[in-house]
Amino acid sequence: MTETPSFPEPVISVRNLVVEFATRRGPLRAIDGVSFTIGKGEVLGVVGESGAGKSVTGSAIIGLIDAPGRIAGGEVLLHGKRIDNLPAEEMRRLRGRKIGMIFQDPLTSLDPLFRVGDQLIETIRTHSDLSASAARERAIALLAEVGIPAPERRIDGYPHEFSGGMRQRVVIALALACEPDFVIADEPTTALDVSVQAQIIALLKRLCATRGTAVMLVTHDMGVIAEAADRVAVMYAGRIAEIGPVRDVVKHPLHPYAAGLMGAIPTLSSEADRLTQIPGAMPRLTNVPPGCAFNPRCARAFDRCCIERPEPALPSAALAAREHVASGHRVACHLYTAREDAR
Amino acid sequence: MLAFIIRRMMQSAGVLLAVTLIAFVMFRFVGDPVNQMVGIDTPQAEVAKIRESLGLNDPVIVQYGRFVWKALHFEFGISYQFRQPVTKLLAERMPATLELAFTAAGFALVVGILMGVYSALRRDSVVAKVFEAVSLVGVSLPTFLIGILLIYLFAVILGWLPSNGRGQVVRIGSWWTTGFLTSSGLRSLILPAITLGLFQMTLIMRLVRAEMLEVLRTDYIKFARARGLTARAINFGHALKNTLIPVITIAGLQLGSIIAFAIITETVFNWPGMGILFLQAVQNVDIPIMAAYLVMIGLIFVVINLVVDLLYGLVDPRLRMTMRR
Ligand SMILES: Nc1ncnc2c1ncn2[C@@H]1O[C@H](COP(=O)(O)OP(=O)(O)OP(=O)(O)O)[C@@H](O)[C@H]1O
Ligand code: SF4
Ligand SMILES: [Mg+2]
Repeated sequence: MTETPSFPEPVISVRNLVVEFATRRGPLRAIDGVSFTIGKGEVLGVVGESGAGKSVTGSAIIGLIDAPGRIAGGEVLLHGKRIDNLPAEEMRRLRGRKIGMIFQDPLTSLDPLFRVGDQLIETIRTHSDLSASAARERAIALLAEVGIPAPERRIDGYPHEFSGGMRQRVVIALALACEPDFVIADEPTTALDVSVQAQIIALLKRLCATRGTAVMLVTHDMGVIAEAADRVAVMYAGRIAEIGPVRDVVKHPLHPYAAGLMGAIPTLSSEADRLTQIPGAMPRLTNVPPGCAFNPRCARAFDRCCIERPEPALPSAALAAREHVASGHRVACHLYTAREDAR
Repeated sequence: MLAFIIRRMMQSAGVLLAVTLIAFVMFRFVGDPVNQMVGIDTPQAEVAKIRESLGLNDPVIVQYGRFVWKALHFEFGISYQFRQPVTKLLAERMPATLELAFTAAGFALVVGILMGVYSALRRDSVVAKVFEAVSLVGVSLPTFLIGILLIYLFAVILGWLPSNGRGQVVRIGSWWTTGFLTSSGLRSLILPAITLGLFQMTLIMRLVRAEMLEVLRTDYIKFARARGLTARAINFGHALKNTLIPVITIAGLQLGSIIAFAIITETVFNWPGMGILFLQAVQNVDIPIMAAYLVMIGLIFVVINLVVDLLYGLVDPRLRMTMRR
């Protein structure tokens, strides 16, 4: 089951990733066999309800899963080279230089005691041997690029002197300071004022497109997905339920869970573009039912769903033809697997 | 910023005024200053004359004004015991106490921060557990007991360090004497400084540890890690600096109490400082010395508080902004 990415040259590939947390009630599998690739310049949107494992996937890729968590299986490849088993020091040198990360809350992502310029210069100089003055030039250029007015003056400001939106621009400048090949943006606009959300997404998208940066964009906002993502992955209980080009997954979701999520037509302007609720709740990760993790909530579940776990696969050819499924669209649901097709 | 400093100065002056009031009340009404100065056989006329010359017949408010005025010029009268100006007596003793207190505070701060940072970063290591145990001892044992134990171990059994007095001192300027410049002076300083600073050291260690653990969980530390900064830059640049804000407060306040509570340590180690002078004054109801000591400790506390506030601004840019208002 190898995936043919819609973009050539996968920058990042995740294969059968498993992340476990040791808890008092035994190991908790937060990520259970997740696979995807993201190509150069491609934006993969990741959606799914709270606790589905979106953030943990990002942390695992960038090597920041702390005890009691650990990568219990699978591999992460950057440009075809494994990075999940690198020594800590080598992994640190990849972080910020090859892989950037943007967090949800710009208000708390910056160290309040350091000037934004010093935080930028520190990041640049950690990963290059630019002189202090060259790094400062670079920092000013970066601030200008992310749309901070009067950057040569603002560079000496402290985080509290910036508005939320401006701070998130600084955070983006920090994450992109060393021109990483891959950026994880974990709900980069959730904490922001609605009026600036679209600007920040547009900025992120523009910067990554011009640099050819691959992006994993985690969000709850289907409007953001429609606006910025090339493909979208729908996660459920630590697994990928469905992954494919945005247009297809949003317009023709195949997986019953994805179909539930896409219940509302996404537009950037309407308030209804938040994910719609599906009856029931995601299972506790220590207690995922056998077979398909979604089976207790699925209206279309049948006997096989409680026995055999569906793997993400191309829908069968006949079905693909009938439902106009584009290539690269995969779904983990027995409704679409080969056995049904054989009948 | 200037307005902030001026406002804080005025508050400080208020506090000091209150302290001088207490000192004055003590000076004037606890015991009779004249009785202390005259013998039993002094004739009544003589006593009245002294009373008049000291201004004790003036209205109380005038007397208080005079007391404050004199205090401003570091005049606290004549010690009953020594028949010498109180200021001169205190000045002679002050270097001993201040050198001891600052050494103890430096020890508490440096060792406390190092131990605190270490036990936050290596939370589960054996060393961190040992530090924890040591800190419990430091917090629960009374100072004099620690002093006696240290003397017993290092002076009596091992014979490594002196346990009595300041050693050889060198005079600097007109009145300051220092033990920092001779080896016997430095060696004499070790045991009392540890004794005096141990409690504060454990306090700072626990504070730093707790704060550091808190800071290490914050988003900006997570983001710093995601930017690939080195562990050193994260722990000692970002995390430690953020930890220091509460530490500055506590350390500042503790410096004041170190000076004030040097009394016990000075007694245990027979350290010729102001603390011993004060204790003698209490035993002999030497009110001028007690009053002067009180005012001086008040002054030290106020100055330290002021410095702490200014340090805040230095460390935390957000506070600098509120100070500007
Ligand atoms: N430090 C941890 N210890 C134990 N379990 C954890 C830890 N961190 C995450 N988990 C588990 O991993 C699961 C996935 O968490 P994750 O943060 O990835 O969710 P998410 O999809 O990002 O949700 P949200 O939309 O709320 O951000 C959670 O349900 C939680 O049980
Ligand atoms: S596999 Fe079965 S339970 Fe799971 S989504 Fe498909 S139909 Fe529903
Ligand atoms: Mg999350």
